[in-house]
Amino acid sequence: MSEVKKHDTPMVDELKKGPWPSFVDDIYTYGEKHKKQACFDIMGQLELSYKHKETHWKHGGIVGVFGYGGGVIGRYSDQQDKFPAIWAFHTLRVHHTAGKWYHTSALRKLCEMWDHRGSGLVNFHGSTGDLVLIGTTTEQLEPTFFDLTHQLHWDLGGSGSNLRSPACCMGKSLCEWCLYDVQDLDYELTMHFQDELHRPAFPYKFKFKFSGCPLDCVAAIARADLSFIGIWRDEIQIDQEAVRAYVNGELKPNAGAFSDRDWGPFDIQKEVIERCPGKCMYWDEKEQKLYINNEDCVKCMHCIAVMPEALKPGKDRGVCLLIGAKAPILEGAQLSTVLVPFWRPEPPYDDIKEFIYKIWDFWMENGKNRERIGELIQRIGLNRFLTEVVGIKPIPQHVRVPRDNPYIFWKEEEVPGGWQRDIKEFRKRHPA
Amino acid sequence: MADVVERLKELWGKYDELEGKFKDEMDPIYQEPYYPDAAEKLYNPDKPMQNRVTDIGPPYYWQFLPPVVKKNYGQWKSHEIIQPGVIKRVAESGDVIYVVRCGTPRLETTDYIREICEIADKYCDGYVRWTTRNNVEFIVDSEEKLKALLEDLKNRKHPGGSYKFPIGGTGAGVSNIVHTQGWIHCHTPAIDASGVVKSIMDELFEYFGSHKLPAKTRLALACCLNMCGAVHCSDIAIVGIHRKPPMVEDERLQHVCEIPLVIAACPLGAIKPATVEIDGQKKKTVRVNASRCMFCGNCYTMCPAMPIADGEGDGIAIVVGGKVSNRISAPKFSRVVIPYIPNEPPRWPTTVKWIKKILETYAEHANKYERVGDWIERIGWEKFFELTEIPFTEKSIDDYRLAYTTYRTTTHFKFTKHVDEVKIEV
Repeated sequence: MSEVKKHDTPMVDELKKGPWPSFVDDIYTYGEKHKKQACFDIMGQLELSYKHKETHWKHGGIVGVFGYGGGVIGRYSDQQDKFPAIWAFHTLRVHHTAGKWYHTSALRKLCEMWDHRGSGLVNFHGSTGDLVLIGTTTEQLEPTFFDLTHQLHWDLGGSGSNLRSPACCMGKSLCEWCLYDVQDLDYELTMHFQDELHRPAFPYKFKFKFSGCPLDCVAAIARADLSFIGIWRDEIQIDQEAVRAYVNGELKPNAGAFSDRDWGPFDIQKEVIERCPGKCMYWDEKEQKLYINNEDCVKCMHCIAVMPEALKPGKDRGVCLLIGAKAPILEGAQLSTVLVPFWRPEPPYDDIKEFIYKIWDFWMENGKNRERIGELIQRIGLNRFLTEVVGIKPIPQHVRVPRDNPYIFWKEEEVPGGWQRDIKEFRKRHPA
Repeated sequence: MADVVERLKELWGKYDELEGKFKDEMDPIYQEPYYPDAAEKLYNPDKPMQNRVTDIGPPYYWQFLPPVVKKNYGQWKSHEIIQPGVIKRVAESGDVIYVVRCGTPRLETTDYIREICEIADKYCDGYVRWTTRNNVEFIVDSEEKLKALLEDLKNRKHPGGSYKFPIGGTGAGVSNIVHTQGWIHCHTPAIDASGVVKSIMDELFEYFGSHKLPAKTRLALACCLNMCGAVHCSDIAIVGIHRKPPMVEDERLQHVCEIPLVIAACPLGAIKPATVEIDGQKKKTVRVNASRCMFCGNCYTMCPAMPIADGEGDGIAIVVGGKVSNRISAPKFSRVVIPYIPNEPPRWPTTVKWIKKILETYAEHANKYERVGDWIERIGWEKFFELTEIPFTEKSIDDYRLAYTTYRTTTHFKFTKHVDEVKIEV
């Protein structure tokens, strides 16, 4: 192996200091050990970006693997003479596992493959959720894909105007609050919609995210076109003895999450009862008993999070389906809004799959180029989307407040006698 | 080599038989060595469909769950954070595990992943997982292993002295910063990502490994307005912005851009078609109404002949008060409090200073359980600006869609110092 060419990177080197793990140290150490010119060149280019305060990656680049329209993102340096080893530096998105669990035998093999095929740089994980392999040449794309599929039984994730790699929280694998099997639903929908994931046919990107409870650790409500958030509808399960143990200071509130500051003794009235957004809780000091009016509970999880040993979500569990979240581009940021307040997901989730097709069919027919489903719903109105597209009865849970203007688009058939009127008859009653 | 291809086909047969759903055993492909030249044997550029395997998705997650997790899947009873970064989980069966959470830089090398593998092999029978915020989690089943693992992790450092695996990210602290690619690998960024994150986390390091804040605090960074990641709903977030309209490369534009798509890409209709003459040749191009440009960069995403990035113009906006959790209050958007800070590589001191100031002001004044946004809603935004000493400017008053919903339509406000800054000149 020939000697590598190093670049002077005084500014980038500053990022070796400080306690937080230094990506600079990592990349340089790796580059030295494996004699990878790409590592030195990318640090060199970053130094140049620090000098110019501008990126040195060219716009886009259409590359991919045969038969797929996504999963690979083309990247070319605009400093080809200075940094030839990163002249072409494409990204592959590798579909993460549900819940981001791995075994080292798979990871080591993936690493070995990537040392051989690419720069050795990775993201664990990209924002959408994929494992990101950063930096290889066009010639290496097909061999990398063949290595992934034949030697790792692993597929690429989504990019472009398609279904992006779905993502979920840790779910039932570790969390006692998970209200439906997020990993199973994630996996089943991922496998069912492989065609939509690899072959862009949508107006723009589409994301599914699955959170097991309303704490929403995967940020589904902020990021996903379809957000699946676990919810329950019956009574919170109470262990009164454990409640008393919290009140008496025998158990740590919030599972120890506030341990490094003296917030004083636990005060159930102040910390739980008064913070409840449904105002549905009552602590009877005399009886030493907690009462919950579950009809008024909005399932915010606060009381459960504060007293996890004492309170558990109810037993009648399902998923709340919300639609339309997105970041600002184009029309401004949106959070997902309630679509189906409660759904009991049952494998193999055929009803959910069919429902998704219904939404996609409409979007693909009516969506403008680069219009997310949330923007399309804004454009046509949630009321029309509910009644005319997905056929869901509108209910108060769909809105925060009813509209404040009476500018309602009445339909002709809703008005007795229709819209065809006789002006002559009108004038007989009302001379001009 | 023919043997290798045969061997891989045999292993594929096993995968195919189960349709990839390995449950009790792991896919044997992972015990098979990596064959560096197998792909070249399988892939034939002249017959690209030959030996092509597609649409197999990710590996089935179940095979990567540790036995104790498989056994107690959906049967966890409770958890306790026994120290920052260490979560004890107890199952209905009585089984106990300890989850150790460590920050990672997200941008890393295969050697860093191998080091994670080495740790996971040593203490966790090879099982390991990542969180949604780029933390890695090691799961052990005894206090002895926990003790040894924590000691081991503390001693792993990079040559420059930084920790490889800082322990924390739980409870009422600052977790890892969700972020994007920045100058290291993105073509549309206004700022770097990894360098800014490193600079901020170095400064907030004590909050990653402790539980002294009023509630969990989620930081995020997006290097442009595309906002990969939930930056727009974070407690404190950094967003890369542009401040100069795009340049138009007339001679190149019609060859590299779909003009109708570029025009449609502008949310404000500031782009219109135009024709220019260059060296006697008519060229189709566009014109940008600069006074209507809000510098979103969407035109450049659609058209490489409209570069918008600029070293002097670009920089950072700081947004605060958003959240995604439904706990206590509803999810909400973050709001712009500092409209612009210049790019200051390599350490971004002004950005770091303000983030720390906001975090520590929040830490000092908020009640227990109050997220940044909940705290601000309680005290009022005027009080937030006063306490943090962030100058309020007209840039924080919305003038995009639905701006009116953010104006104050009540006499409910507090008499902060700002009130006396209003001088009427007649």
